[in-house]
Amino acid sequence: MTFATSPAPHVVAPNSVRRVMVLVLFALAPAIVMHVVFFGVGLLVQVSLGVSVALLSEAIALKLRDKPLHPFLTDGSAIITGVLLAMCLPPLAPWWLVVSGSAFAVLFAKHLYGGLGSNPFNPAMVGYAVLLVSFPAQLTQWLPPQLADLQLMRPGVGDTFYTIFMGHLPAHLTWDAITSPTPLTSMRNSLSMGMTMQEAQANPMFGALGGRGWDWINLTLLGGGVWLLVLRIIRWHIPAAMLAAIAVPAAVMNAVDPGAYPGLTFHLTAGASMLGAFFIATDPISAATSNRGKLIYGAGIGLITYVIRTWGGYPDGVAFAVLMMNAAVPLIDRYTVPRVYGHAP
Amino acid sequence: MKTALHGGLRLPGNKQRSTQKPLRLIPAPAQVVLPLDQHAGAAAIPVVKVGDRVLRGQLIARAESEISASLHASVAGTVRAIEPRPVPYQRNAPSTCIVIDNDGSDAAASAAAVDYAALDPRALSEYIGNGGMVGLGGAAFPTAPKLRRGQQGDGPQLILNGAECEPWISCDDMLMRESAQQILRGAAILCHALQASRCIVVIEDDKPIAERAMRAAQAALHDERIVIQSVPTIYPAGGENQVITTVTGLEVPASGLPSDMGVLCHNVGTAAAIARWIDDGEPLIRRIVTVTGSGISEPGNLEAWLGTPMSELIAQSGGYAGSIARLLMGGSMMGLALPRDDLPVVKASNCLVAALPADLHLRGTEMPCIRCGNCSEACPVMLLPQQLHWFARSHDFSALESLGLMDCIECGCCDYVCPSQIPLAQQFRDAKPALIERLTSRQQALQARQRYESRDERLERIEAERQAKLAEKRKAMTQNTTSGG
Repeated sequence: MTFATSPAPHVVAPNSVRRVMVLVLFALAPAIVMHVVFFGVGLLVQVSLGVSVALLSEAIALKLRDKPLHPFLTDGSAIITGVLLAMCLPPLAPWWLVVSGSAFAVLFAKHLYGGLGSNPFNPAMVGYAVLLVSFPAQLTQWLPPQLADLQLMRPGVGDTFYTIFMGHLPAHLTWDAITSPTPLTSMRNSLSMGMTMQEAQANPMFGALGGRGWDWINLTLLGGGVWLLVLRIIRWHIPAAMLAAIAVPAAVMNAVDPGAYPGLTFHLTAGASMLGAFFIATDPISAATSNRGKLIYGAGIGLITYVIRTWGGYPDGVAFAVLMMNAAVPLIDRYTVPRVYGHAP
Repeated sequence: MKTALHGGLRLPGNKQRSTQKPLRLIPAPAQVVLPLDQHAGAAAIPVVKVGDRVLRGQLIARAESEISASLHASVAGTVRAIEPRPVPYQRNAPSTCIVIDNDGSDAAASAAAVDYAALDPRALSEYIGNGGMVGLGGAAFPTAPKLRRGQQGDGPQLILNGAECEPWISCDDMLMRESAQQILRGAAILCHALQASRCIVVIEDDKPIAERAMRAAQAALHDERIVIQSVPTIYPAGGENQVITTVTGLEVPASGLPSDMGVLCHNVGTAAAIARWIDDGEPLIRRIVTVTGSGISEPGNLEAWLGTPMSELIAQSGGYAGSIARLLMGGSMMGLALPRDDLPVVKASNCLVAALPADLHLRGTEMPCIRCGNCSEACPVMLLPQQLHWFARSHDFSALESLGLMDCIECGCCDYVCPSQIPLAQQFRDAKPALIERLTSRQQALQARQRYESRDERLERIEAERQAKLAEKRKAMTQNTTSGG
């Protein structure tokens, strides 16, 4: 009798790129819900736009590059790019912001470098950075968390759609009335005006951990990240190193001068700390390779994030920190090749 | 440095299927096909001609190189042909085989039993080589050269490998259950050949019956040199270097052999075959083959004469059941997918798996590498398969060399865990020959350059000497003229 042949091994684990990406999306979902709870349905609109444009851009790029739509369009990677970018944007940001950012991320940051697996920079962070330097004003229009004592004028669902798609507020609302700085921005502004940390934190937008609303979103992201760790979709090295590199300088500076520097709980639960640590820096394609390399890479992101937040020109620094360390990956990889079995260290 | 085995996988073993029934010797076939190169190293040289009558156990091809193994007739009968025949090897080309028609007489040419303790170690290892012994774990490395190498040290530690880690294979398990005494007898012989003071028999903890049998035999033997050690069941802990690391905590140096660090590893099946040769005078002419897979009606372990067509083993196991997706020689991780089932059983044939689609999980569509790092986490030799993949694709051989491609043991762990379904092991198997060629040619280039440079140097030196002589002569001449003038 004759038989078909194939190279060994003849069994592989039932795993796929799509499974990895889908699990990452599941891990993000609770944080999106939390975001909607505190900041309204704007994020859902942003996510829908971001994902649609990411998929469309992916399809166009695949077509132009003469690649099959299946399996690449369905691998989930473009969806993650769209979702992550949308999560970085203010809920009422005009539609063209997320559309141009998402398209740029997929077309330029991903496909110009060769598509899935070949991009040296995290596409969502490239998209966000481009928007941040191009349209800084639109990216500051954040809302206050929807908490009873913080209630300003709250835009309704209709207002949300109107604002996003028309690019301006409906007549009965004004930006001054509805927007509020993020906790990181507020803290930064207060400190730069000569207030002490304690005076700045007297603002009702701050709670026991950090900015209210944001603390819950960050804790939910932490939960999703731990779930990915348990599933072994991500490894502990990058998140642990990044969070430690934010926490340690924060704790040290806070101990040195408690009036001028917020402590580690504020930093860990503010801004994109958890999103960055578990969902952005852990993007394996643009991260360092070996475990030692991942520790260096994660620590670099954490440290740069802290430096930008504390002394830099932006309230948060995760995106720039990730991009800078992305650029350092080839160098890190070169110097952190692990010892091979049977070779001297 | 002390170290534990890195990575590895816990795989479903599928071994119970083939260990339900006792070991069974199957009848010799009407014809056997014996490849001259069924071991690592150089092919054996035939010492019989077509038409010769041979006895079972008679030498038919001799090892004439440093690394080679002799070959014996597995049936009595007539040499029908010495010609290329298809063989179950990785490279898909026929090999020269001695074909013997069985005359049914079963006349044996048994050697006399040998009092091994009376032989000196060197003579004993040569005698073991005369029995055609090779490692029966699957690599079929000739035993005599391995022993010779081991004798260079002083009293190495012997490890008997019963850590049969690949899925499906259970031939060592069954051997340990049923022939524990013979294995320990072989261990004693090997200890003498190596002047070893200690022998560790390593058994994975998924074989409790085999372990009990071995412990009972060891207790009966009162040989204090021999200890039984149970180790966790992790694929590929049964690989030679891996089993050594698991037991000793030492790594085998990349540039050396286990014997360099005073350790020698043999398969339990090899030990039993050696005992049979020394005590009963039967050379290596049969081996245990696990015949299993969901596509086999009555799976089990058969003792088969070398050269028996595999189809005969299948028939002895009740034949195929269902539509066979793959016929594997070896396990599902490193086994070779055979194109046909009329190939001969060779010394390396430890297992036949007739796999139904449900037994396999073949790769799906290959996607680009997303550098998730599952592969480097699973790699037992601590490589970075994701980087090797990248450089293998771009034919960057210097990067492949420095990242340790040659240290890859092709266990397939990286393939198994890869979400992108990339055939990594195959890619590395393919890249190795090109890298070897490059390393060799670089070695040759280096030698040539050294030769050239030394020639240049020599010519320069000669020229300098000539100039010096000339200058001296001139000087002498000038002095002569001045003194004369």
